[in-house]
Amino acid sequence: MLSIKNLRASVEGKEILKGINLEVKAGEVHAIMGPNGSGKSTLANILAGKAEYEILEGEVTFLGQDLLELSPEVRSRSGIFLSFQYPVEIPGVPMVNFLKASVNEHRKFKGLAPLTAGEFLKLLRAKKEMLHLDTELTNRSVNEGFSGGEKKKNEIFQMAMLEPKLAILDETDSGLDIDALRIVAEGVNALKTPENATILVTHYQRLLDYIVPDFVHVLYKGKIVLSGGKELALELEEKGYDWIKNGNE
Amino acid sequence: MSIISEKITPADQLVSLFKQSIETLNQGSSPILNRMREVSIKRFAQTGIPDFRSEDYKYTNLKPAFEKNYRHELVRETGLINLNEVFKSNIPQLDSTLVFLVNGWFYSGNNPGAELPKGVVLGGLEQIANDRPELLENYMNRQAGLSNDPFVALNTAFAKDGFFLFVPKGVLIEKPVQVINLLSSDENLMATQRNLIIAEAGSQVKIVVCDVTLSASSILYNTVSEIFAGEDALVDVYTIQNLNNLSTSINSAFCRQQRNSNLVTGIVSLHGGLIRNNLKVTFNGEHAEANVNGISFTDKKQHVDNNTLIEHSSPNCLSNQIYKNILDDESTGAFAGRIHVARDAQQTNAFQRNNNVLLSDKARMQTKPQLIIDADDVKCSHGATVGQINEEALFFLRARGIGEKDARMMLMNAFAHEVILKINLEPLRDRIDELIEKRLNGEISRFHEQLSE
Repeated sequence: MLSIKNLRASVEGKEILKGINLEVKAGEVHAIMGPNGSGKSTLANILAGKAEYEILEGEVTFLGQDLLELSPEVRSRSGIFLSFQYPVEIPGVPMVNFLKASVNEHRKFKGLAPLTAGEFLKLLRAKKEMLHLDTELTNRSVNEGFSGGEKKKNEIFQMAMLEPKLAILDETDSGLDIDALRIVAEGVNALKTPENATILVTHYQRLLDYIVPDFVHVLYKGKIVLSGGKELALELEEKGYDWIKNGNE
Repeated sequence: MSIISEKITPADQLVSLFKQSIETLNQGSSPILNRMREVSIKRFAQTGIPDFRSEDYKYTNLKPAFEKNYRHELVRETGLINLNEVFKSNIPQLDSTLVFLVNGWFYSGNNPGAELPKGVVLGGLEQIANDRPELLENYMNRQAGLSNDPFVALNTAFAKDGFFLFVPKGVLIEKPVQVINLLSSDENLMATQRNLIIAEAGSQVKIVVCDVTLSASSILYNTVSEIFAGEDALVDVYTIQNLNNLSTSINSAFCRQQRNSNLVTGIVSLHGGLIRNNLKVTFNGEHAEANVNGISFTDKKQHVDNNTLIEHSSPNCLSNQIYKNILDDESTGAFAGRIHVARDAQQTNAFQRNNNVLLSDKARMQTKPQLIIDADDVKCSHGATVGQINEEALFFLRARGIGEKDARMMLMNAFAHEVILKINLEPLRDRIDELIEKRLNGEISRFHEQLSE
């Protein structure tokens, strides 16, 4: 589904990614772990199409297409979803309007007619129930005045509405209390199918107690220095990132 | 009517025109209006057209606008009205009492106020000043006459008509009053309009004003409104300005508020070559509240300048101001907001904010908040920002599949939304949202362009 080959990228002249290789197939869950500043969020943002990065080398293909050629909106419509580490507040844009525009753009891309107001509300309700969302997120402006936990729940809610093929969750667990973490993790698990894939970008092992990965990769100084199964996360937790750092120097 | 002469300034020309036309100006007009003319033209002659050396007109140069040759409608002309055009500029969602003026002259002769509550007087200033002078006596020019602004003086010298509304004590007008100011002329035209709104104690009224040019010619529209809110009165005045790129609008409003009164104003500058709005609010009693807001959209070489002055002359009053500008291309904007808290006006709350978004590298915005506080127990704040579209928010929306153009539109609407929300009339809010969309997608510019073809 996703193939990253020797990806090198810089921001403001500083090389952050120094040759990333990663293959993600349908049905798989990959965790990318690493200390702060290792390039995890950069990788997530590049996949979603953020403009401030310069690609120095390498290629990324998604479902056979050159992903780096596509605009952020076309990547989204093609099935890539980035759950933001810091979801932005947009006062004055009602959640409902935003979600409706988003869902209908995705439908248009697939050649489907836009949802009627009734159909849209039905979908909204169904997804809310599925995720056990009790708080009222949809009648407010996008993320405005939301707590950290609400913002992350809202990201997963959007993911549920859009049903992406590849979900990239950037530090979705950071700043979440255990109840919010459980809701978010249950949501991600509920949305999992054999046809879609998930990349979890995380600093901590904690999230992986709830969402069990098939593969764990350790990113350090812009390179994947270690890959393994889910037990690698536990080993990391036990030994700490110093183990990686020392082993690499 | 304009005089062709060399080496005399546009201000001199206007003074000569006044002297030549004084009989025409006075003819059919009430002494209430006529007695102000001579002193006002003198005041205008002393100042002339201000340039950048004047503190008040530092960022807005009106000299080029006055250098054009204009026709003047010193008497009422008939046969100007095309009703189809009138209905086009209507706000269809809004159930209102509709009146219209053409080039400053009131044309709704057929008793538009028939459906209004008893005692309410709605009509043309010229006619009511003649028929009911006692209604105007204590109000006419009582606020505007204190101003040093030369354009206000010019207006007072030439004013013959405009709209007039009197709401007697305790009367509630439920349906908003909609005033449509049509500006239309084959040749360049200088139009003068004078409005007077009197809301007596305990009365309530909402007024929606739409200024619209229906021709491609250059119109210099000088309009002055005086608004009096009596004790406990609730007055809302919303204005939508939609003029062509050759036109200039100088729009001055003077509001005086008695104890416990509440005033809401909102000015939406949708389109226009050069727009200068002056707003002065004077609190003349305790516990009065004023919420004054504005939003403007400019592109090409357009210019919008909002100049506000809130006179906190009485204690325990509240004023809130939010002014916003969205500027594209080489357009320019200015905001100068002054709050003056008098020495005895303790417990004053006065807040002001000016936020601006520049969509291009060449657009420019000047903002000048000014607090003058002579009391010691007050809460005042002011703030101004000039920035670009929030790139983080833009990326967020695009990363959810919304195209760049639509995402930008959403963010601009959101930026404007805070001001639109202050409008206490839902159908008008919806209509303004629509108009903003038409503005941002170019439809309103095309409307004006088609008229010049």
